[in-house]
Amino acid sequence: MSAEKKTDFHIVNHSIPRRDGRVKVTGKAQYVADLKLIGMAYAKVLRSPFAHAKIISIDKSRAEAHPGVYCVVTGYDLDGLNPYFGHAVKDHPLLAIEKVRYAGEPVAAVVAIDERTAFEALEFIDVKYQELKGVFTPEEAMAEDAPLLHEKKFEAGALRGFEGEVTAGKGTNICQTHKIQWGDVEKAFKEAASVVEGNYYFPMTYAYAMEPYVSVADVTDQGVTIYSSAQHPFMVRHDLKSIFNLPVSKVRLIVPFVGGGYGSKSYTKVEPLTAACSWKAKRPVKLQLTVEEAMLTTRSDDAYTWMRTAADANGKIIARQAKIYMNTGAYAENSPLVVEKSTNRCVGPYAIPNVLIENCSLYTNTVPASSYRGFGCAQVTLPGESQIDELAAKIGKDPYEFRLANAAKPGEEFFPGMRPFDGTLKQDLDTAAKAVGWGTPLPKGHGRTVAVSGSDAGAYPLTSTAVRVHADGSVTIMTGSTELGQGSHTVLPQIAAEALGVPFENVNVVSSDTAITPYDRSTGASRTTTLMGSAVLEASQEAIQQMVVMAADVLKVKVEEIQTVRGGVRCGEVELNWSQVISKFYALPDGEVIGRSYIRKSGKFAALPVFWEAAATGVEISVDEDTGKITMEKLATVGDVGLAINPALAEGQDIGAATMGMGIGLFEELVYEGSQLMNGSILDYRLPRFSDLPKHVELHLVQNQDGVGPYGAKGGGEASLNSMAANIANAVDRAVGVRIREAPLTPERVWRALKDKKSKMED
Amino acid sequence: MKLSIQLNGKPWQVDCEAQETLAEVLRNTLNLNGTKVSCEVQVCGACTVLIDGAPVSACTYLAYEARGKSVTTIEGLEKPDGTLHPLQQAFIDEFAFQCGYCTPGMIMSAKALLDENPKPTRDEIIHHMDGNICRCTGYVPIVAAIQRAAEVIAKESKK
Repeated sequence: MSAEKKTDFHIVNHSIPRRDGRVKVTGKAQYVADLKLIGMAYAKVLRSPFAHAKIISIDKSRAEAHPGVYCVVTGYDLDGLNPYFGHAVKDHPLLAIEKVRYAGEPVAAVVAIDERTAFEALEFIDVKYQELKGVFTPEEAMAEDAPLLHEKKFEAGALRGFEGEVTAGKGTNICQTHKIQWGDVEKAFKEAASVVEGNYYFPMTYAYAMEPYVSVADVTDQGVTIYSSAQHPFMVRHDLKSIFNLPVSKVRLIVPFVGGGYGSKSYTKVEPLTAACSWKAKRPVKLQLTVEEAMLTTRSDDAYTWMRTAADANGKIIARQAKIYMNTGAYAENSPLVVEKSTNRCVGPYAIPNVLIENCSLYTNTVPASSYRGFGCAQVTLPGESQIDELAAKIGKDPYEFRLANAAKPGEEFFPGMRPFDGTLKQDLDTAAKAVGWGTPLPKGHGRTVAVSGSDAGAYPLTSTAVRVHADGSVTIMTGSTELGQGSHTVLPQIAAEALGVPFENVNVVSSDTAITPYDRSTGASRTTTLMGSAVLEASQEAIQQMVVMAADVLKVKVEEIQTVRGGVRCGEVELNWSQVISKFYALPDGEVIGRSYIRKSGKFAALPVFWEAAATGVEISVDEDTGKITMEKLATVGDVGLAINPALAEGQDIGAATMGMGIGLFEELVYEGSQLMNGSILDYRLPRFSDLPKHVELHLVQNQDGVGPYGAKGGGEASLNSMAANIANAVDRAVGVRIREAPLTPERVWRALKDKKSKMED
Repeated sequence: MKLSIQLNGKPWQVDCEAQETLAEVLRNTLNLNGTKVSCEVQVCGACTVLIDGAPVSACTYLAYEARGKSVTTIEGLEKPDGTLHPLQQAFIDEFAFQCGYCTPGMIMSAKALLDENPKPTRDEIIHHMDGNICRCTGYVPIVAAIQRAAEVIAKESKK
């Protein structure tokens, strides 16, 4: 709980227009794609056609002789570098070394005077492969005669983001395992009044940030400087430091505006390869991937889940058990954390006395999987929230009432060892149910459902910031948080302006330059408002403390005689604003005060998760029984965000997340046929469009100031995605009486399920 | 070859190669980076510009095809005194963007709609805008922004 429940806010809790509004609507906002450095060359990547193959030889002589080509870089040219990266498991070579592990893996890069020349030269590189047997699903990867993807042993990366060990590199294709257990599951299932059980599949998906991965690297004796579309510049810096064996102070990551992330730009992607190109070509190099290449870079883990859930005669959930196999692709990336999180998130926001969840992710010869908005939560919320509805139906309870009866209560320690629940699910569910008209009659072929998500936010508390108050009273926030569109450049100044009592317009943000801005672990896991927001608040307060001491010095009084007022200080009859305090202190109208803050896993941030990310969604759908096509009639989102620093931005996160979740529920899916990704282009990968917009949308926020963040705020922006696939599956069941346990619920899948139901009825 | 176009209301002559797309010439030669490139296959709408008032995907439109034509990009909407086009202002007021990468194309597509049909219905907006992808906003505030801009333009024209 927040110590003070302030409510008379001047600037926070107001929907102030975005700070980056004007530059973004006039086309002036700069992204890495727009960047040109003097003398810059361009790189293009040759990718493996084979999913698993030994590299016998690479002849690059013809390509290097091509006019306009500076150099060609291959896995044989990396002597002097530590070419493997990965914050959890250092398993990822920046270019394939000795073998390739998925179709589409970078094998060589051409650096040339322009992109076209680099592209032309790719076909002059002659690579000889010896194809190896590949594995493409967890089942194949686990088979006794399965070929090994990684022969090396790996140590756990210090920055892996969880406390357990890594499983990778122990002589199998297992990338990571995780298990949670409490109570006595076997006994509970034996004694249960009712049990539901099923197998579920959640597909591999592509985040499609509109800006594909891009970076510009300049490697000189001064160090490594990289402009990147990365969400987490400080995490990328760590990988580059290791690759080039440099001190942290010689690696600089700069991130301007990012054209969408959604987790897909978490951690290191194309930066090591771009830097290696610059190192070889001895000049700045830009590597801009196409969307097709981006689809060969990162995807989400697909998940095969067996789950069962039990209730007693009173309608209380007494046990849940699940076994999950995740397909993590060729390299670990952030999947070990995804495994841990999806294991925990199987429990849902429910108080269940007997739990056993076992999770195992496997390396396969497919595109590496990593973070995707919600970190493994959507994968297990499909089975989790499906079974809540299935169980409610089995025992004849209203699924909304059944959820209310079992949801974690505010302050309840429902997950052993974790922070007590800090949301209000009853209010979330009530709001969602009301928004979709719960209890009112529905036309035939329509279904209505609500679902919840409550996840242990992955936000790790390690954040620092500096808030500089200038002699004219204006303020610069130095933040390592990246503006991905979520609105950090608006929300952080709102917090500083509120705390310092200065106008919002006078607070500026400098962000995401590791040489300048203080350390922030990442921009992901819904952490920025809570953690960086807290840091900005604390740093503003620390600046005030310094200015109080300065005011005492200036007025030649004791510090205790100085009283703070909004935007300045008072001492008796004398009032000074911050500008006057600083100017008088330095005896010139110039200079500044620097407020600082260091946030770590301590004090109010000691218990993890830092917050429970909670949200409810409600939908009404209709099903065309002739075609199986689902139409979204209504969608409601309810973000349980503690306090929305900027309500319009918080609602924007929810509708954006819910729409991505709707896409996965209805049609998004990366499809492999054997070794090849079959729909690795935007022509073939179906994304939500304007015409998929639900006919009626309601956005709600629940604001009980129950978070540990500034003024009781906590994170949002993932949870509305997580429950959507389950919501759609549940609504289809209620509309037309078929239970589909895999996403997406394409017209074909719904139509086939209806046909099966019909033929069973006829039998 | 020489390419003469009317660009954002002014005549321009630039050198371009036969294979260069309009997006390449705008971004690389003319340093007009507001036109964003994403899918490169005319599916996402991020690179939408107006050619003689009609929306076109600059990623697949050869620069040479624009010869002698009028090209409007996102940079051409703001008035010299800094006043934003009603669509630009409405996108700010309705929070109709997040990352901003689709925004220039989104605004140009919407401009083509409002120029042709100043009072579109919600269904007409959805139908016209279906070729523009946004991954951040869920489209809801974009529809609201286009509706708001249409109202503003209607009011302004009455004055």
